Amino acid sequence: MSDENAIEISGLTKMFGKQTVLDSLSFDVKKGSITTILGFSGAGKSTLLKHILGLVRPTKGSISVLGRDLAKLKPVELMAFRRNFGMLFQYAALFDYMSAFDNVAFPIREFLKDSEQMVEQKVKDLLESVGITEMSFYKLPSELSGGMRKRVGLARALALSPSIMLYDEPTTGLDPITTNMVNELIADTAHKNKGMTSIIISHDVKASLKISDYVAFLDKGKIVEYLPVHEFEKSSNPYVRKFLDL
Amino acid sequence: MMNARESVEQVGEFVLSSVDGLGRFFNFLLEFFYWLLKPPYRIRNIFAEIYFVGNKSVFIIFLAGSFTGMVVAYQTYFGFQLINVDSLVGPVVALSLAKELAPVLSGLIVAGRAGAAMAAQIGTMKVTEQVDALEVMGISPVHYLAVPKIIAGTIALPLLTILFQFVGNVGSWVVGTKVFVIDEALYLSKVSEFMYMEDIYQGVIKSFFFGFIVASIGTYFGFQVKNGAEGVGQGTNLAVVWGMITVLVLDYFLTSALVRIL
Repeated sequence: MSDENAIEISGLTKMFGKQTVLDSLSFDVKKGSITTILGFSGAGKSTLLKHILGLVRPTKGSISVLGRDLAKLKPVELMAFRRNFGMLFQYAALFDYMSAFDNVAFPIREFLKDSEQMVEQKVKDLLESVGITEMSFYKLPSELSGGMRKRVGLARALALSPSIMLYDEPTTGLDPITTNMVNELIADTAHKNKGMTSIIISHDVKASLKISDYVAFLDKGKIVEYLPVHEFEKSSNPYVRKFLDL
Repeated sequence: MMNARESVEQVGEFVLSSVDGLGRFFNFLLEFFYWLLKPPYRIRNIFAEIYFVGNKSVFIIFLAGSFTGMVVAYQTYFGFQLINVDSLVGPVVALSLAKELAPVLSGLIVAGRAGAAMAAQIGTMKVTEQVDALEVMGISPVHYLAVPKIIAGTIALPLLTILFQFVGNVGSWVVGTKVFVIDEALYLSKVSEFMYMEDIYQGVIKSFFFGFIVASIGTYFGFQVKNGAEGVGQGTNLAVVWGMITVLVLDYFLTSALVRIL
């Protein structure tokens, strides 16, 4: 595996019964880059994300993350390895019985032997870094707006300083202003955490072109285009053009 | 109309899906036992679950236990009066409660209340990706969610069973001595004459198994939830139905084993 790459995917095929969801897919993600994977609904984007996380085993092919072949890791090793990832879920996936503060404190309390005072300081810093004010620290997720939930979800994902940050359709269901805010937050997070690799699964073409270094286009389980963002905009691939010209 | 081939196919599908479901449940139990003794032990979560399964069921167990004791005493009295052995109402109710009624009814109540709540909670977490969030953080959902709940069920149900027995006997005593005016001293002496500690042990041992199985089934069906709110409803329903059926079936096998052992 090249030192330049955070993720290397080779010949990845996933079949659910007779249906091929990912079809001999190969591509690498450069360390420290922001890569967006675009595609129509049902193209296999979320399945690809689950493979990168090692939540799903491939039918064929291999995935190496940070130099480790996921297929060679035992389930318990894989579980520990996942601490290299942070993930912002589509609807934030905050624990609904915990306050915003406790959600962010959760991974710190689980994995770091920090004193409660240190936990408090770290959580405060994380929440403030994503623009959550002290007034909202102890609110339950149900008391927060969609945008605020995303911010808290991002703070939680960053709590263990992950090497790879994954975003699963981060702007789905948000109004244009909040969408813009979340996109700025993603770009800002990548900027503040130098060396962190970001992968965004999205439908949002405009935002992808604005914040990404590389854009991949997934169609029917295959990567049909994978280029640096300025080249992707000029792509002549008919599938990509159809998506870009919408 | 269904032809013979379709009928055979349906039976075959049912058998296969049942075996598949049973296999997945046993896999889930294996995973539970794998994580059971692994740190961190999350004692606070276990106590919170015991509070939820146990303390929050106290009122309903209190009501169910006292009225069960009263009703059984009532029915028994009218039967026994015919053959002039009404003084045996106390021991009959006490034995029925200790060996069968308290553990089985407590098991059914906990399956309906806590088992359903466990399935609904985990099911909701599953459809809102909270379970995925745990996995992505490198935390086993079985370790974090199922282990404390199953331990809590196994500890709380025997305690609820003892409470059920106690309030049931108080209810029976009230009906026997105050409504039917059986001599109080005679009532108590007959109970102590016919009741042995082994009878109480039998019910309590059963309730350990019932608590374990009800919580296991509740959490298992929670993890099986798919397809949003409808899936949560289905998972909760399955947890209650299978929890109750399993308590009744397991009761037969435990009884046949325990009468030989104790």
